[in-house]
Amino acid sequence: MSDMRTPLNRVRGLGSAKEGTDHFWRQRLTAIANVPLVIFFIGFVIANNGASYEEIRATIANPIVTALLAFALLSVLYHMKLGMQVIVEDYIHGEGTKFVLLIGNIFFTLVLGVVSLFALVKIALGG
Amino acid sequence: MSKSTTVQARPLSPHLQVYRLIPTMLMSIVHRITGGALYFGMVLFVAWLAAAAGSKETFDMVNGIYGSWFGLLVLFGFTWAMIHHLIGGLRHLVWDTGRGLEKETATKMAKANIAASIVLTVLVWIVGYVVRGGF
Repeated sequence: MSDMRTPLNRVRGLGSAKEGTDHFWRQRLTAIANVPLVIFFIGFVIANNGASYEEIRATIANPIVTALLAFALLSVLYHMKLGMQVIVEDYIHGEGTKFVLLIGNIFFTLVLGVVSLFALVKIALGG
Repeated sequence: MSKSTTVQARPLSPHLQVYRLIPTMLMSIVHRITGGALYFGMVLFVAWLAAAAGSKETFDMVNGIYGSWFGLLVLFGFTWAMIHHLIGGLRHLVWDTGRGLEKETATKMAKANIAASIVLTVLVWIVGYVVRGGF
């Protein structure tokens, strides 16, 4: 579909970064999701303090625990990515360094996400 | 366009050092520091989860490292950072609704943030040890 809006209307309210309040909104969205998920995570750690290898794998393999840990990981990692991006943008002024760190931030959180979700699925499927 | 050849350092506008440290300012700084610490601390949880997905030997080795005095110290700090950042985040969500922005209220919330984070962290660890069956 062709866009019926005028060029001015298309950019209005998007600011110099051309993304408007998108970053802020995602930061808040993941923050709200993080509240119950982090509380669950703390409870999960407390309840499994001192658990053996077999016990902890059985707990994580419980579908509800697997799902909640997956939600927690996704929400926390995305929140982390957004937060570190702001820190880099605030303190790193050299264009080259900033560019490298902003990319590094995305890679870092993505690698953590892939490793943790793969581990989670592996345990959940009894691997 | 004229090319500037100024070599003398030009004066900069005053930054943090000219302000008296107040609770709201300190908690704002701590919120960012805890956020940054949690960012890298997340590696600890991912490594632990990956170890649990691996062999029993790997898992026991990671648990052994985390259970050492140094490991416990880091995990205690991680717990505090997480709880502090969580409460700090709740303050932000309250502010987002336009509430709690009065000077006195904001200062009270900042003080409550640090107090509650310490109390809750100690409480989490006590409960954690009780669950485990004593110290």
